[in-house]
Amino acid sequence: MSADRREWPLYEVFVRGKRGLNHVHVGSLHAPDDAMALRHARDVYTRRNEGVSIWVVRADAITASSPDEKDPLFAPNGDKVYRHPTFYEIPENVPHM
Amino acid sequence: MSDDHGSVFDGLIDGDLGGDSSQWAFGTGFEDPLAGVDTTVPAGTDPAELAAYCLMLGDDALIMSQRLAEWCSRAPDLEEDIALANIALDLLGQARLLLARAAAADPGAVPVLPEGSPVPAEDALAFFREAGAFRNVRLAEVPNGDFAHAVVRLLLFSVARLALLERLRGSADAVLAAVAGKGVKEVAYHRDWAGRWFLTLAQGTEESRRRLVTALDALWPLLDELVTAHPVEVSVARAGAGVDPASLRGEVDAVLDQVLAVSGVDRPDRPPLAGVAGRTGRHGTHTEAFGLLLAEMQVVARAHPNGRW
Repeated sequence: MSADRREWPLYEVFVRGKRGLNHVHVGSLHAPDDAMALRHARDVYTRRNEGVSIWVVRADAITASSPDEKDPLFAPNGDKVYRHPTFYEIPENVPHM
Repeated sequence: MSDDHGSVFDGLIDGDLGGDSSQWAFGTGFEDPLAGVDTTVPAGTDPAELAAYCLMLGDDALIMSQRLAEWCSRAPDLEEDIALANIALDLLGQARLLLARAAAADPGAVPVLPEGSPVPAEDALAFFREAGAFRNVRLAEVPNGDFAHAVVRLLLFSVARLALLERLRGSADAVLAAVAGKGVKEVAYHRDWAGRWFLTLAQGTEESRRRLVTALDALWPLLDELVTAHPVEVSVARAGAGVDPASLRGEVDAVLDQVLAVSGVDRPDRPPLAGVAGRTGRHGTHTEAFGLLLAEMQVVARAHPNGRW
């Protein structure tokens, strides 16, 4: 296969919706470069008026935890319920909690 | 703050955005571009001329939209397939508002349908006119070619249309001004999309550049019609409701020269495509392919003149 037939790299897309405080992963797409990835994300993932901000990042730039590490990484926190701030009542006049 | 990049807390509270909050994941806060707009024809503008002018701008958008829609499922990548469909739908929306405006200004321009037909006036104009009654430029109607052809056509079209819509925002006709206000944001994106692809193809491979230059040579003779005034355009512009396309020539040239320079592509040395006895698309004289385009676009609506869609 010649160099001209290379696949475009994969990008992961994060969109902040009108109601969202943070960018949420919405999917992935292919694009030739960063700027075009942003345009593609706009075209593919915000066409129903969902978004006010987009992040794109090359998928190969993401370092992910491995499923093999699941137990050492996450299991130790499974029995530490006292780390949740659930042992007091929220006053009624505090909104959006 | 309510601009697009306003506080992240904007819109957290139900009711800020209106509409059905159970559907928030699919987008909310949709707007009607014509809400509260005065629909009377401004004094000093001839209603029949205003209607003809709206048909020109509306038919440009409608026929471009039809050619772009033909790309559905045929684009080089899924992402570009959706981009082309988005652009087609933007233009279809502009066409709908402009044809509706034409019908409101001059009901006599709307084809007569069987008694009791529920087809709205803008649909009657889109689907029940003959080729000779369409006022679109020929650039919009020539058959699709390869992807480079789509990029070049959209670049030429959107450079001229953006220049036009920017001025049309000051139209004496409140409806045209509102349609232009909505359209500027859409066509600015179309121009950006086409300009980026023009540069990409020009600086890409030998093959992409060859295809781009071939498409540019083929379409260049059709550019002139977008910046040449028909008497109706001159008259409506003089009344303050329209824009004389000849006044856009300098800006269109400057923008295209900039894109060509960045891309390292020479300006084609091709004369404008002549009309037939001086008549062009704006007069209702079209190319051979236009009949086939209309047949495909209109066949379903014409088979069901009493259909409800």
